[in-house]
Amino acid sequence: MRDVSIVGLGQTPVGEHWDTSLRELGFRALESALKDAKAERVEALYVGNMLSGHLTGQEHIAALIADFAGLRGIEAIKIEAACASGAAALRVGYAMVAGGLADLVAVVGVEKMTDQAPETVTAAMSMGVDADYEAMQGLTHMGVGAMLMRRYMHEHGFKREDFANFAITAHANAAGNPNAMYRSPISARLFNEAKPIADPISMFDSAPAADGAACVILAPTEIAREFSDKPVRIRASAVATDTVAADDRRDPLYLEAAAISAQKAFAAAGLGPDDIDLLETHDAFTILSALSLEACGFAPRGGGVRLAQNGEIGLRGRIPITTMGGLKARGNPVGAAGLYQIVEVAQQMRGDAGVNQVANARLGMAQNIGGTGGTVVTTILERL
Amino acid sequence: MEVARYWRTTRQRYQLVGEVCPNCSGKIFPPRDVCPTCEKEAKTPFAFSGVGEVYSYSTVYQAAAGYEKATPYTVAMIRLAEGPLVSAQLTDIDDKDVAIGMPVEMVTRVLREDGDRGMLVYGYKFRPVMV
Repeated sequence: MRDVSIVGLGQTPVGEHWDTSLRELGFRALESALKDAKAERVEALYVGNMLSGHLTGQEHIAALIADFAGLRGIEAIKIEAACASGAAALRVGYAMVAGGLADLVAVVGVEKMTDQAPETVTAAMSMGVDADYEAMQGLTHMGVGAMLMRRYMHEHGFKREDFANFAITAHANAAGNPNAMYRSPISARLFNEAKPIADPISMFDSAPAADGAACVILAPTEIAREFSDKPVRIRASAVATDTVAADDRRDPLYLEAAAISAQKAFAAAGLGPDDIDLLETHDAFTILSALSLEACGFAPRGGGVRLAQNGEIGLRGRIPITTMGGLKARGNPVGAAGLYQIVEVAQQMRGDAGVNQVANARLGMAQNIGGTGGTVVTTILERL
Repeated sequence: MEVARYWRTTRQRYQLVGEVCPNCSGKIFPPRDVCPTCEKEAKTPFAFSGVGEVYSYSTVYQAAAGYEKATPYTVAMIRLAEGPLVSAQLTDIDDKDVAIGMPVEMVTRVLREDGDRGMLVYGYKFRPVMV
C-alpha cells in the first residue's frame, strides 16, 4: 500500500445558497481545491452526498459535477452512507490512491438542503434511521438522538444544562471561521432557555441543515510536494458499521461503530487517544460529541459531558473539539459534513486555522457518524 | 406508504410478531432471519406479549412530512418483557407524565396519513398499563 497525503483543500461558505445549485456548489469546492493543489485535472472524482435524490430530484451527481467542471471522461462515483457520506467518499478516494489505482484523486462532499421546507428536510434526514421500524413510527433522526440524550442523562445523572459547553465551544470557534454559518457566540443562559425541538434536544443541541461543499485532492505522499508546500498525511482511515436502528443495539449509549473504527485507526497508526492534538466530533447533536469522546477513549463512559463541563474541549483544552465550529455552528450540509471535518483538520495540520489554530498541532482526528451510529468513519491526519 | 409494503409488514405492525432463535432462544424484533446474538438462522415466528417499560422517550415538536397533524407527540424506546427494545409512539398519556421505567402495553392506532386521499397506516403504539 502507498502512503497518501492531502495536497489541496477547498470549501464554500456554509449557509443558505439560494442562488447556487447543487452542481455549482460541488464545482466551486472542487475548483478551489484544484487551484490550491496547482492541478488542472484529476484521474477520479468521488462525491459524498446523502440527499440529492430526495431534495433536488437529482441522482448521478458525480458524473454531473465532473461534466460541469469540464472533466468529462474521468471516473466519477457518488458514495452514500447517510450523514457519514463525506468521510466515506474520502475512504474510497484514499483506497484508490493507496492501492495504486490512481495518482491524483478529488473527493467532494456536497449537500443542498435549504431549497426545501422543514418537514421535507426532517423526513429526508430521517432516511438515515430505519424506515420500516423507526421512521414509520414517527421517529425522526433528532427524535432518536433525543432519546439517547435522555437515557444518558438518566444513567449518568446529568441535566440538560450540563451539555451547554459543547454548543458554547462550537459557536465560539465558528466566530473565527469565515466559512461558518453561525459566527456569533452564545451564552449558557441562551442555551438553557432554548425551547425543545425533540425534548431534551433544543436548537442549541442540534446542528442546522445547510448548503455547502468541501473538497480535498489526494496524491501519493512521495509526490505530494509537487502539488503542495504543506501536504497533510492521511495517517489512518477506518470505517465500521452497527445496527441502523438504535433500539437494536446491545447498549444504545455505546457507539460500537465509533469504538471499532477508532480502534482500527489507532491500531493502523500505532497511536492512542493521548497522541491526538484535536478531534472533530460529529456534533449533529451535543450527545453525539459526548458518545464519540467516550467511544474513542478520550473519556470513560459518562465522562464525555464532564470533559465539556471542565472546559477541556476548548482550543487550549486537553482535547480541543469542533475547532472551526463543528456541525453545530459551522453548519451541517449533511453529506458534506464529513469532508468539512477533513478540510478543517487539514487546515489545523497546515497551521492555516487562523485565530482558531491549535498550538503545535501535529496529529488531528475526525469522526463522521452516519444516522445515529450505523456507519462511523474515523480518519487521522498528520502534519508532514 | 405503498400497498405492498403495508401488507408485508402487517404482522409486525398489528401483532408485534418477531422471531425466536432456535439456537439460543433469544427473542428477536423486528424479524431479521439471523439471530443478532449468536448469528445463527432464526426464522421461527414469535408473538410478543406487548408488555414492557419505557427505556427512554422524547416529545417531538418538529415532525417529518406525514406526521405534522399529531405534533407534538411523544416517542419512546420500550424494553419489551421478552428482552428486545422497540421504538414507538406513546398514546393515551399526557407528555408531562411520561417517565423512564413506566410500565406500558401495546395498542393499535393510526400511525400516519398519506395526505387527504392516501392510506391510513395502522400500527402499534404503547399506552400506560391500566391498573
